[in-house]
Amino acid sequence: MTVKAKTKPAQLEAAEMVKARTFAGDAWNQFRKHKLGMIAIGVLAVIILGVLFGPLFWTLDPEYIDMSLMGLPPIISSPEHPWGTDTLGRDTLARALQGGRVSLLIGISAMFVSITIGTVIGLASGYFRRLDNPLMRMTDIFIALPQLPLLLVLMMLFREPLKASFGVEGGVFILMVSVIGGLQWMPTARLVRGEVLTVKSREFITAADAVGSQDGRILASHILPNVMSPVIVAATFSVAAAIITESALSFLGLGFPPDFPTWGRLLFDGKDYMTITWTLVFWPGLLISLTVLCVNFIGDGLRDALDPRLRR
Amino acid sequence: MGKYIVRRLLTAIPTILVISFIIFAIVDLSPSDPTGNLPLTIPPEVRAKIRAALGADDPFVVKYVKWLNQFFIAEPLNFIETVTDIEFPGSEDRTRVISWATRGPVIDIIAERLPQTLWVVGSSYILGVLIAIPVGIYSAYRQYSVFDQVGTFLMMVGFSVPTFFTGLMFIIVFSVNLKWFPSVYDTTLVVTDIETLKEQLRQMIMPVTVLTLYTTAQMSRYTRASTLENLQQDFVRTARSKGLTERVVVSRHVVRNSLIPVVTLIALGIPGIFAGALITEQIFRVNGIGQYLIIAIQGGDLPTVQTVTFIFAVLVVLFNIVADVLYGILDPRVTYT
Repeated sequence: MTVKAKTKPAQLEAAEMVKARTFAGDAWNQFRKHKLGMIAIGVLAVIILGVLFGPLFWTLDPEYIDMSLMGLPPIISSPEHPWGTDTLGRDTLARALQGGRVSLLIGISAMFVSITIGTVIGLASGYFRRLDNPLMRMTDIFIALPQLPLLLVLMMLFREPLKASFGVEGGVFILMVSVIGGLQWMPTARLVRGEVLTVKSREFITAADAVGSQDGRILASHILPNVMSPVIVAATFSVAAAIITESALSFLGLGFPPDFPTWGRLLFDGKDYMTITWTLVFWPGLLISLTVLCVNFIGDGLRDALDPRLRR
Repeated sequence: MGKYIVRRLLTAIPTILVISFIIFAIVDLSPSDPTGNLPLTIPPEVRAKIRAALGADDPFVVKYVKWLNQFFIAEPLNFIETVTDIEFPGSEDRTRVISWATRGPVIDIIAERLPQTLWVVGSSYILGVLIAIPVGIYSAYRQYSVFDQVGTFLMMVGFSVPTFFTGLMFIIVFSVNLKWFPSVYDTTLVVTDIETLKEQLRQMIMPVTVLTLYTTAQMSRYTRASTLENLQQDFVRTARSKGLTERVVVSRHVVRNSLIPVVTLIALGIPGIFAGALITEQIFRVNGIGQYLIIAIQGGDLPTVQTVTFIFAVLVVLFNIVADVLYGILDPRVTYT
């Protein structure tokens, strides 16, 4: 009898040892099944770490002009310059690492801008019936604006005034982030609005309303957490879109100034010499493509992981 | 349906007006000077006269109304006059949108450059869609097969790798190293016989392939997703249990339903191909509309920038309507009220 009584709590303890399941934990378990997503996380981590800490180990100055290499055909690859040099003898690896910092930072900052605008507009138009129509009409108009031409025009127009007030790099950075973010929020807004409309009609919102919660509180603590999953997925994809847009703008010569490398700018500078040195366009292009590919795969994995209906 | 189309077109008018105002206002803020590219030896008084003659010093509202009149009334009337033989009164003193750079009507330059863009971009879009639909359907039908796994991976790659990188790589591999295709698109080439036709195809291969890869990747992803959704529907099981052959089940029951959203996406993507052309035309030096816009932006040619950008915007609005109408025609469940 006593033995039995002793084993019973022990069994309970074992049962209690099983970890509580959380939403994030479930999502992670699901995400781990997405093989390409996992590989993508690994590759992206290597790129991010390389870009962040690479310059500490690869100490060549990206702006250092090697006089002994000037005027000679650029090196494709050598022990001192594994990724080659450009026509001024500047090291491509060092420039690509430096450029990656800017490109990634722009991708992430522009994502925050577009997701914030999109979420706020989506929440407001889904929740407040009076705002719905005007906000959605505005969204429609923004969708109809031709993105790339308008981006080019805006870059051309505001580069000079912002350069004057924030310096050359700072001005272009602020401009780039705000125009890319400011022209990419529309899909997020529509998505959030749709989600809000379905969540709003649930009982727990009526309950929160009935106990006298303010609109702001209902939005922040009841509705927002319920629409977060699609927003996170949209945010991932929008990082990829922003990196591509930055590269495209720089590629068309309307991005950062020449001595300030970003991946797109390196492509733009390298394309005139690519018949001599293919490395000048190959490495930055490969980095852009790999980063975007990884981010998209992670987005795909997250979409499956964050949707409980899709879990197997 | 007719009523619906008319109503959509009517509601599009204010949208287009608002967009035209936004674009016009943004571009007009630019500090660009139409005499900026002229020789420095021209005295200031003459410069002022040139500016006045081009209407660059007019107040914003005057410029906007003038432009609206030129774009929406003068140019369409000119177009009708050249296409048909009908003469409208006052065709002599009708003003046109004049480029600051070439001093010629913008619309004429666009008309000159449109064929190049349509040839390259249009053919790649059609080709991309034609490849993407069967690939997407087969990929979904054999979900998790080797074809599907490789296919979805390649779709993601094609969708993620920017066209300016694939384009440059194509040039390095196929024109610099292998010397198979020319890297610069020669628009003076006139197709007269078999030889020139071959030459035309040779120079089209690279730009068309680059754009086709991108379109195929995007469209096959949509097609696959839409087909997968339909394959799980109850009516598919019913069709199978009725004893229909797989061929009939897939082609009549699944594909017809899954192509509905794909068709609307194809319509929605058409304005986007002009934007995509911006980059491809720049890589392969095709002198189409995209390249024209970039030259105009770099040269500060405001009337051209306003007009070309606005034409892009009109295309977006128009094809949005086309997509909605197509959806209604193809899907009888959608009713318009």
